[in-house]
Amino acid sequence: MLLSAFCKIAQAKRLSVYVLLISTLFVGVYILENTVGANSMLMMVLKKGAIYALVAVAMNLLNGFTGLFSLGQSGFMLIGANIYAIFTIETGNRAQVYQYYGGGIIQFTLPTLVSIILGGLVAAFFAFLIGLPVLRLKSDYLAIATLGFAEIIRAIFQYDGLGPITNGSNLLRKFVVFETALFPFAVAGACILLIALMIHSTYGRAFKAIRDDEIAAEAMGINLFRHKQMSFVISSFFAGIGGALLAMYQTTVQAKAFTAAMTYEILLIVVIGGMGSISGSILASFLFVAASEWWLRFLDNVTVIGTFKVPLMRSGFRMVVFSVIIMAVVLFYRQGIMGDKELSLHRLGARFTRKKGGADHG
Amino acid sequence: MSLLTVTDLQVSYGGIEALKGISFTVEKGHIVTLIGANGAGKSTTLRAISGLVPIKAGGITFDGREITSLMTSSIVKEGIVMVPEGRRVFPNLTVLENLRIGAYLRHDPAEINATIEYVYERFPRLKERHWQLAGTLSGGEQQMLAVGRALMARPRLIMMDEPSLGLAPLVVKDIFQIIQRLREEGITILLIEQNANAALHAADYGYVLETGRITMEDTGSALLNNQKIRDAYLGQARKRRTETV
Repeated sequence: MLLSAFCKIAQAKRLSVYVLLISTLFVGVYILENTVGANSMLMMVLKKGAIYALVAVAMNLLNGFTGLFSLGQSGFMLIGANIYAIFTIETGNRAQVYQYYGGGIIQFTLPTLVSIILGGLVAAFFAFLIGLPVLRLKSDYLAIATLGFAEIIRAIFQYDGLGPITNGSNLLRKFVVFETALFPFAVAGACILLIALMIHSTYGRAFKAIRDDEIAAEAMGINLFRHKQMSFVISSFFAGIGGALLAMYQTTVQAKAFTAAMTYEILLIVVIGGMGSISGSILASFLFVAASEWWLRFLDNVTVIGTFKVPLMRSGFRMVVFSVIIMAVVLFYRQGIMGDKELSLHRLGARFTRKKGGADHG
Repeated sequence: MSLLTVTDLQVSYGGIEALKGISFTVEKGHIVTLIGANGAGKSTTLRAISGLVPIKAGGITFDGREITSLMTSSIVKEGIVMVPEGRRVFPNLTVLENLRIGAYLRHDPAEINATIEYVYERFPRLKERHWQLAGTLSGGEQQMLAVGRALMARPRLIMMDEPSLGLAPLVVKDIFQIIQRLREEGITILLIEQNANAALHAADYGYVLETGRITMEDTGSALLNNQKIRDAYLGQARKRRTETV
């Protein structure tokens, strides 16, 4: 009894520390935005990093925690992004945006948050439908089927016949975007929190059991198909929300941008961060976005020091170096940066005070 | 009345008849064993009772209730749990998480915690290692965990598939002691084993399974003393021959 009371106090204390950390983070982002400017490279990276963090954590729920190797992420993001954009373009601007389709057939707007959630719901609905056949497939076959689905979705959204709704292969623009980086941080943060709670619930434990051993999980009475379906639908819901945020970040949306390459970027983040680590995915997405869009940017410019022209540096060289870095990371961190561990205050504290045993007695 | 009654059970996989109509009963509070060679259909029998493979014909009743067409989750809820072959603990989950998965279909947190304590009492080693990943346990500890995980569902019948497989002889002895102790606590056990000697020593009643048919049945001790069984399953035929030479 005494022990459990003590645990409760420790838990409450830990919770307050986390609340403090999160509020510090938000205040930090706010101050940063007002000092370095909302359109500085740093802020752009932070915003995109937060959005990618959400999408990566959603993918990790499916690939890392449930063990389902799906490559449909960009398809679900596309659905979220497009649905969001379609429903938030102001009626006055529709004639201009849908100029080839006579202003489109949708002549109303929904509130921003409602549209974001709607984007997630539509993505989740599609996940439910395609899950019925494809979740009976295993490993490589599931990957191929979901990859194919993403391509089909991209084709459908570019289809001319649906133009009055989707604007075909033309840009969707003039929809509501966020003014401050606090918005993607708040939405992505809340979603990641929900996913984390899910993973720590009995459902999350069942997902991990399925990942570890399907036969044993089934023998324990876990309904394999229902849990896979649940994980797939939830993951796609949050991918859709991530897509909506990405649309806001980009200020324009075009279906053809959501290629398999985008899925691979996110898969890369999940693998580098660690399959089965939420904090790993978050950490890796900020590092990935910063490295690919900012820190290595200088490699793309022809550089002349005095009269010496630095060799190799030209447009495209950035991606070469980036690929080498990724190979090095994967070689030295086989399990990704975090493995399947989580970054926790407890663990960090143990490291700093040089105490052994970071086991979480929860 | 018997706890479990299997009547004319037939199972086919892709055209191959794994079980050609077997019938047997498991009495309440008994240890019953199915012995037989590889491919005789022992594992298939357990998987069919658990609802993990489709049944072609025949019936299964548990405690007077028909369970033939139920889903695995309903069968687990009825009180039949399987300890699968090769232990199959969840390697990347902790010992405690493994146990909690065993109680997946139960929704009574306080009672679940009490069952965890009950399992810890029986297997103190699991308590010591409750935070360790199950994949890092030794083979014997994993088998204890597999049994503990099954107990978490508060079963009335535990079905064990080759619990001695791949374990050191001393550990096998421990496992059979555990099985005896479970019976003393009133849990009925259906045991399938290739280690026929140990299984028949422990069992109240045994059935011999040969290529999908039951060919013999008797009490454990009677089967142990049966010359045909000794020759075919207890590895004493060669010994006898060398003795006579």
